[in-house]
Amino acid sequence: MATAVEVHDLKAWFGKTEALHGINMAVEAKHATAVIGPSGCGKSTFIRCLNRMHETNPEAKSEGTVRVGGVDVYEMPAVDVRRRVGMVFQKPNPFPTMTIYDNVAAGLKLNGTHNRKILDDIVEHSLQQAALWDEVKDILKKQSGASLSGGQQQRLCIARALAVSPEVMLMDEPASALDPISTAKIEDLIFELKQKLTIVIVTHNMQQASRVAEFTGFFLMGNLIEFDKTEKIFTNPSDKRTEDYITGRFG
Amino acid sequence: MTRIRFHQELDELKHRILAMAGMAEQAIDLAVQAYSQRDPSLCQRVISNEAAINRAEREVDEFAIDLLAMQQPMAIDLRFILAVIKINADLERIGDQAVNIVQRVMNMIELPVSELPVDIPAMATRVRAMIRDALRSFIEGDPELARHVLEADDEIDRMNHEAFATLSGFMQSQPNGAVQALDALSIARNLERVADHATNIAEDVIFWIRGADVRHGAGHQTAGS
Repeated sequence: MATAVEVHDLKAWFGKTEALHGINMAVEAKHATAVIGPSGCGKSTFIRCLNRMHETNPEAKSEGTVRVGGVDVYEMPAVDVRRRVGMVFQKPNPFPTMTIYDNVAAGLKLNGTHNRKILDDIVEHSLQQAALWDEVKDILKKQSGASLSGGQQQRLCIARALAVSPEVMLMDEPASALDPISTAKIEDLIFELKQKLTIVIVTHNMQQASRVAEFTGFFLMGNLIEFDKTEKIFTNPSDKRTEDYITGRFG
Repeated sequence: MTRIRFHQELDELKHRILAMAGMAEQAIDLAVQAYSQRDPSLCQRVISNEAAINRAEREVDEFAIDLLAMQQPMAIDLRFILAVIKINADLERIGDQAVNIVQRVMNMIELPVSELPVDIPAMATRVRAMIRDALRSFIEGDPELARHVLEADDEIDRMNHEAFATLSGFMQSQPNGAVQALDALSIARNLERVADHATNIAEDVIFWIRGADVRHGAGHQTAGS
């Protein structure tokens, strides 16, 4: 199996507070990797380091290496990193004044694609990949992204991220604000997407991690305590702290 | 997100399966006593207690399934509930074997006493020790003790084979005692089955505590590996 993201001795700070204490992880390509742990354990900080979102906070800094496709993300322009490593957040954040079409096309236009035919094709393909096409194909240029339901908005954000053909998709609790049916659609979508790209998903929902991810990392107080196949983590973890967390004995 | 209520319910599940274990263990004890004492009233007690064991089996299963459905247990808690469901079935089968034994004993009571060349009480003593140790390993979560139970099963298998050989010879040499010998042979076989159930319970304890699947001699595989 190929490695999509290699993380070596990654440390991160907010001001003087060290939030990550030297993380090492190899994320398998075209698989889903879940990141779990209690609030404040550093899991969101970790994935935000993978596409240099962490450094957008002026108080924040990081150290160590993150390689995507073998290239150190700090040796690439940040814009390129975020094109190659897309991100979806907990709360759907479509551009509210843009149409559905323009939401999906926004990243492409930013990267210099203005050919109408190419844009049309990519928008349709991205919305199909995000399992939203059938629901919005008749209102693409008539309605704004904000007019959609929460679950649809989240899939729109996924389509927007997919439009620039990322290698890796980071998902920070992508379904925590959604109802069970919308959650199921996102989980089905993750299954489809990982045929073509690599997913790293932060989730508080351990059942969700066990449903969608082949690998799971358990974070605690800025450390990666255990990283293994998901079925191992959820049936027979090696570390007592992992077991105590997933069985609800602390957290 | 500590799950105090859930862990209280796991304790409750453990209490319920132990109550059932007590009934199954008692059924075997009474069946063996009924054999030794040729006592029809003890046979009757075993038969009438079977309904309570069956009822307890259903209740434990329902409770365990509810916990699986409602609590989505993980890791050692998941393994515990799975082990309980399987142990529950084994205990119910032990109750069935006790009934099988007393049915044979009731048959034997109707017949003249025959000096059979088999030591059923000695075999029963070892089988009861296996049940006791299997249940103790469950109560104490002790996989080492459970391993001893697995080892003890070989001796019961040997005793069962020996009973088969000696009783077969007896039936040929003394046809008048053939029916009694056949009953004793069945009882030996029932006890051997009880030992198998004790072995299953011990395997489930090892799975619960260590996540290791040791069934069918597979001693090195672990859940999730």
